[in-house]
Amino acid sequence: MTLAANLGTKVELADKPKLRSRLSAVGRFARRNPLGAAGGVVIIVMVLVAVLADFIAPYNPVANAFDRMHEPPGLENWLGTDQYGRDVFSRIVYGARTALLVGFASSFVGAAFGLVLGVASAYFGGKIDLIFQRILDIFMAFPLIILALAVIAIFGTGAQNVIIAITIPFIPRCARVVRSSALAIRELPYIDAARANGFSHARIILRHMIPNVMAPFLIMITAFVGQAILLEASLSYLGLGVQEPTPAWGLMLQGGAEEYAESAPWIAIFPGIAISLAVFGFSLFGDAVRDEFDPKLRSR
Amino acid sequence: MKLSRYLRPVPIAAVGAAIAIGFAGPPVQAAPKQGGTLNFVVPDEPPSWDGHRETTFALIHPFAPFYSVLIKVNPDNPSSPTDFVCDLCTEMPTPADGGKTYTFKIKPGVKFHDGTPLTAHDIVASFRKIIFPPEGTTSARVAFFVMVDSVEAPDDHTVVFKLKYPSGAFIPALATPYNFIYSKAKLAEDIRWYEKNVMGSGPFKFVGREAGAYVRGERNKDYHVAGLPYLDGFEAIFSNKQAVRVQAIRGDRAAIEFRGFPPKSRDDLVAALGKDVTVQESDWNCVLLFTPNHRKKPFDDVRVRRALTLGVDRWGGSESLSRIAIVKAVGGVAFPGHPLAATKVELEQLPGYWPDINKSRAEAKRLLQEAGVPDLKFVLWNRAVDQPYTIVGTWLIDQWRQIGVTVEQKMEPTGPFYARLRSQDFDVTVDFNCQSVVNPLLDIGKFLSEDIGNESYGGYTDRDLDKIFEAMNRTSDTAEQRKLMRQFEKRVLDEQAHSFVTLWWNRIIPHRSYLKGWKVSPSHYLNQDLANVWLDK
Repeated sequence: MTLAANLGTKVELADKPKLRSRLSAVGRFARRNPLGAAGGVVIIVMVLVAVLADFIAPYNPVANAFDRMHEPPGLENWLGTDQYGRDVFSRIVYGARTALLVGFASSFVGAAFGLVLGVASAYFGGKIDLIFQRILDIFMAFPLIILALAVIAIFGTGAQNVIIAITIPFIPRCARVVRSSALAIRELPYIDAARANGFSHARIILRHMIPNVMAPFLIMITAFVGQAILLEASLSYLGLGVQEPTPAWGLMLQGGAEEYAESAPWIAIFPGIAISLAVFGFSLFGDAVRDEFDPKLRSR
Repeated sequence: MKLSRYLRPVPIAAVGAAIAIGFAGPPVQAAPKQGGTLNFVVPDEPPSWDGHRETTFALIHPFAPFYSVLIKVNPDNPSSPTDFVCDLCTEMPTPADGGKTYTFKIKPGVKFHDGTPLTAHDIVASFRKIIFPPEGTTSARVAFFVMVDSVEAPDDHTVVFKLKYPSGAFIPALATPYNFIYSKAKLAEDIRWYEKNVMGSGPFKFVGREAGAYVRGERNKDYHVAGLPYLDGFEAIFSNKQAVRVQAIRGDRAAIEFRGFPPKSRDDLVAALGKDVTVQESDWNCVLLFTPNHRKKPFDDVRVRRALTLGVDRWGGSESLSRIAIVKAVGGVAFPGHPLAATKVELEQLPGYWPDINKSRAEAKRLLQEAGVPDLKFVLWNRAVDQPYTIVGTWLIDQWRQIGVTVEQKMEPTGPFYARLRSQDFDVTVDFNCQSVVNPLLDIGKFLSEDIGNESYGGYTDRDLDKIFEAMNRTSDTAEQRKLMRQFEKRVLDEQAHSFVTLWWNRIIPHRSYLKGWKVSPSHYLNQDLANVWLDK
């Protein structure tokens, strides 16, 4: 047996208890939050569908097949076809990629910027905090969708711009929540000690404050993903998000889905169900994560 | 017996069809009634309010009722390409000087909505802006008037057009409904004043506009045609969602959309409203094109441009898309069915029209390979209007996918879309050639060099093409015109591959039966001043 193989075995042996403890943690989480666990299952299925879309989808989601237009759900096309003869099931499968790409990208980027801004604002305090907070107030005065529409009006349509449009409204929302946690941490003795040791502001913020506000940060992220998927669908439905022929759930509700709502309702129903399930899944999971991190709620 | 279950829809469909077809004939003449407000839906908003600059129905439908024009198509016979009547003139002139001089006598006593008199000088100022646009302004119809040498007003009531050569295309060009007559004083004040303001002498006065919502007009009591208009006013309601517009008519929030609906919407409305809906249909002098930007690589290579047209199956597309969109006829650069248009046999000689699509696509792949871009990728810019832009754009992308080309579609509202066309900031764009009076001799001005055809967005200069156009317009021999048209068509669609025709449109107008006095025409620009429209309520 080679050294590498030996090391590998050792690593595997060392990982086993870790894996077991993680699995039992997941089990405890599922027992305490069965709804959250259900949400988690929805998210896992969605991620798997998105990753394995090439293997799951029976048809090319963008290929027109006019000889099969408006086919009702059946053996050949499980969820029917749309006005271009495209397979609705295949488009929903690939649409999961668009939803997750936009959802995760905008949530992580938005929340990350919000995290840094929120902690920095709390750490520096004084005028900097005052100015930061008033700027955030301006952004937060606009409803999420209005701000996203404004950003789309400036940058234009397309998946990349949709991510930017959804990211920007998330930044102040995350910053505001994180700041309130960071304000309490700022007063703790170890921060004073770090200052007394002459650590740089960046080091104190990044190494000592941010790790201690991760709980609200993670809660915000899980909440944001669901909101982002819904926003992406809304923007695409309004014709301002991703464009044809890209498979996207909101886009599938637009155009033909409205025109053929009576004669071919499956064009609208199934993407609608996909959006609802995804948002519901992230919402349940987000609530459970919040409960898990909140000691008051966890003790109930 | 189950048979009855299956037969039940038949009489309903038959009644529906009878209503649709039977009532679509010439409406029974009844005495027009005064009063009422016409609500109609408009799918889009115009980039500006200047008719001389714009080329979209979004301008004509809400704003044409505010303006008079010199001459117009006969509102009782709008389908005719030769039946014109005076609007501001007193009678249609007889050409003099061997067909090179047209003298129009202008109606006395016509007033602009602000009370100032409209004279021949206002007409001359308006046509000079259209024909010889001053620096800093845009006129979309310069190419229509290539034959015009000068336009003068020897007195307050006479306008004289002098032509460089006799041309049968001149009168149809004059009847273009975008030729709004503006106030000379307002133009002198600011040549671009009409881009953001309204002040005409038409049957309706401007009341107000709410961006994204409506344009309202009220009856002009001083209108220069006695007894007209019949309506007290109108409200043009903007909605870019087709489903909303169909429902607006179904729920009687609007009586009509003047642009056109796809077959499915017509069938839905007829099924839902029965005799309360009337359907008028017509061929449509409108076609979607796709235009590569000749200034951008690799579209500066004619092989790449030819490959794009070779990849498109127009014959198959016509059959499929006509079921879901307002497009139908396969044609070349001239309005299908017109004597100057290509026959099917002639079309089949052109790339992109070959009867064997597999052979065509193989040739497209070969050309792309030869040009060094076998995996070509580009952005197709398109206008954010469902019918037929989104559908045709999506169909084109699938056609190109089959020759290995990857295309991303980007849609923009009308204003930014036009700005992009005019600044030529695109790889390939969906483009369009929608004209009013059917007059292929001028309608093809769209394809001329960019410095002549003001609607030409491909970024090319082709003097040989311009010469063919001029020769075609100078000759009155129909056979010669037809021969030159074929040369023009071959140069645009094949040899130089400048810009490409997709499918010609098919106009279907289902409207509330109480709307009277409006007749469908082969253009959604014609017959839109609403002067003769009345409500039988």
